[in-house]
Amino acid sequence: MASYSTNEFKAGLKVMLDADPCAIIENEFVKPGKGQAFNRVKIRNLKTGRVIERTFKSGDSLEAADVVDVAMQYLYNDGDFRHFMVPDSFEQYQCNEKAVSDASKWLKDQDMCTVTLWNDSPLLVTPGNFVELAIVETDPGVRGDTSGGGGKPAVLETGAVVRVPLFVQQGEIIKVDTRTGEYISRVKE
Amino acid sequence: MLHDWQPNCSIELLHLRAQVLAEIRSFFLARSVIEVETPILSYSSGTDPQLDFFTADYCSYPLQQTLYLQTSPEFAMKRLLAAGSGSIYQICKAFRNGESGRYHNPEFSMLEWYRVDYNLTQLMDEIADLIAALFKGRYQLKATQRISYQDLFYKITRLDPLVFNYKNYCAYALKSESPEAIELCKTDHNAWLDFIFSHHIQPSLGENTLCMIYGYPACQSSLARINEDNSKVTDRVEIFMNGIELGNGYYELIDAQEQNQRFDEEILHRQQNNRPKIVKNTQLIAALKAGLPECSGMAIGLDRLLMVMTNNNHIEGVIPFSLARS
Repeated sequence: MASYSTNEFKAGLKVMLDADPCAIIENEFVKPGKGQAFNRVKIRNLKTGRVIERTFKSGDSLEAADVVDVAMQYLYNDGDFRHFMVPDSFEQYQCNEKAVSDASKWLKDQDMCTVTLWNDSPLLVTPGNFVELAIVETDPGVRGDTSGGGGKPAVLETGAVVRVPLFVQQGEIIKVDTRTGEYISRVKE
Repeated sequence: MLHDWQPNCSIELLHLRAQVLAEIRSFFLARSVIEVETPILSYSSGTDPQLDFFTADYCSYPLQQTLYLQTSPEFAMKRLLAAGSGSIYQICKAFRNGESGRYHNPEFSMLEWYRVDYNLTQLMDEIADLIAALFKGRYQLKATQRISYQDLFYKITRLDPLVFNYKNYCAYALKSESPEAIELCKTDHNAWLDFIFSHHIQPSLGENTLCMIYGYPACQSSLARINEDNSKVTDRVEIFMNGIELGNGYYELIDAQEQNQRFDEEILHRQQNNRPKIVKNTQLIAALKAGLPECSGMAIGLDRLLMVMTNNNHIEGVIPFSLARS
């Protein structure tokens, strides 16, 4: 497997650190004028999601991690695993709950999402930045209230709970930002 | 790329740079320090163990020689001092191979000056005057800070920077959540000082002010003189503003024999660390033998000075063309 030197570290690069696949977030060259050069690197462990800071001697290198992001369609949940498919090749992957983790509450059958593969096995599932989901349960709101203030909880078809404005009704489809879990707008069918 | 022809910095910044350069020149003119020029390209390079240089090929058939781009104008300027120039300054480009990042461009602008008969304290007074003059009307600065390396280091880490106690240093690394320092620095006192200083001390130095750190540990003396009263420290000063290292100064070493010995040690250190070989600057040794006057010298990175002045967080914001666009 190839390796990368600190000079090549840049945001998005996937490397192995402490036997785990990681993604580099930030790389800063630190060098006192008369002193030793270091690279201070902010790095995300792709297995745990934890972000750490680690310093390397400039010129040191890390092994590359065979990590790729693949766009896949979510097929179904068989109770033990969730199944995904690469649309072009029809290649299928099954993911355990650990890989799906937080994404599960945004996943609707047939929706596209990103599956991160490490050595060709699913490591992480990331939903699209925006998803459109139907509200299955929310208190009847006050008609005519179009203000942004207040709001109420709404349960979506995937089980996620988001705060929506009072005027949004049960049965309606809404657009949600999965990164923040925030309501964006109603979707006209 | 389509926009690569355009400068990195704004046109306003070109104007500011021009004004700052003019003010530096009038500052030294008023103090009777003369501006000099020395070669950027030379037959020998600095020995600094942590600096990598650029080389160029000189071809004048059948002669073919390797020349070095200066990492600083120090040696040539000291030869002028030894020849009786009196106090001098220079604004020039310096080149350091492999240095690239938010605060580094491999080619950068440097102001370097030497004051005959100045000790470190007098030099520090002048640095404060210069910074005050350049920032006046542009950036409100708080009172200048002066603190010794030892006091500062102890205040933040509770470690003595002058005495290397491996166990205490390791304990600090664990406590400060940088356990990798133990592996990176091993038993190299210098590496530990660099690591701790750059990670845990420097970032908070000189918030909206000029912070001068003096009395560096003797193992970090480079070309500075060892302090007369305390052989564990060296008469070296570094200046910082908003956590950025801006410059480095010395009460200059004038002892030819000691200089020669330090060169040899640095050359050995370079060999042991597989760094590119260098040619010892025997002309500097000869100049010191002929007699370098008692003097202090300072170098300031002008690009970083402009970064502080304009709150730019990347050196590309203050230079017309970074390496990528050069």
